[in-house]
Amino acid sequence: MPLSTKTIRTYLLLLLFLGLRAFGNLSLAWGTKHLPERLAADPLVYLRSMLDPGIALGIGMLIVALLVRLALLSVADLSFVLPMTATGYVLAALLGRFFLQEAVSPGRWLAVALIFGGAALVSSTPQSTTGQREGAK
Amino acid sequence: MIWILLTITVVATAASDLLQSYEMKRAGAQSVGARGMGRLLRSIVERRYLLLSIVCLAFSFFAFMALLQVAPLSFAVPASAASFILETALAKILLKERIGARRAGGSLLVLCGVVLLGR
Repeated sequence: MPLSTKTIRTYLLLLLFLGLRAFGNLSLAWGTKHLPERLAADPLVYLRSMLDPGIALGIGMLIVALLVRLALLSVADLSFVLPMTATGYVLAALLGRFFLQEAVSPGRWLAVALIFGGAALVSSTPQSTTGQREGAK
Repeated sequence: MIWILLTITVVATAASDLLQSYEMKRAGAQSVGARGMGRLLRSIVERRYLLLSIVCLAFSFFAFMALLQVAPLSFAVPASAASFILETALAKILLKERIGARRAGGSLLVLCGVVLLGR
């Protein structure tokens, strides 16, 4: 059975969101770990930290990811979106391991398999169960 | 400190997600083209729950940023998914989404993986 336009659009939005969030978080992690000062409750420290290129790039990517996610939520259930976007946690482990040289134990790699299994199970369910109100205000 | 930052991140994320989902369902299907993005940005200003969700998201984001500074990426990102089951349950209770056995099972499996990943 051919995939509907809505299904293809939903999965394209999902892929775009996952990529932007994973690399946005990587850039943010790299930037914060190289900051000369500790982030605290002081808002000025956060504002100064945004001048760091890694943090600025990360924030930019995460803002676009937020907009893509809003579009995704307009066509799919939250309970569908949440587990599917959980594959982003796998991407975070991979990026942490290979780009930031973090130690990832075999137990964590087992967790990667569990997350993929769960996400695959959820992806076989309907994306929306509450109905859409197109253009409703 | 790590756990305080994680708690703020998780609670604020859950509140933001529920508000976003509720308001975007009311807004109807959106696109991410140039005009679609403009409409999305207008929606944020016009819809008060969406505006409130952005405030929650800001709290969540700054706590997460501080968390990333003191914890590994491969811990911070999976650990931030601690709100997962709570959000799915609230989606059923508050947003009236139907959570079938497969979706619930898949969500639980993902949660197990996320918990294991966070260790």
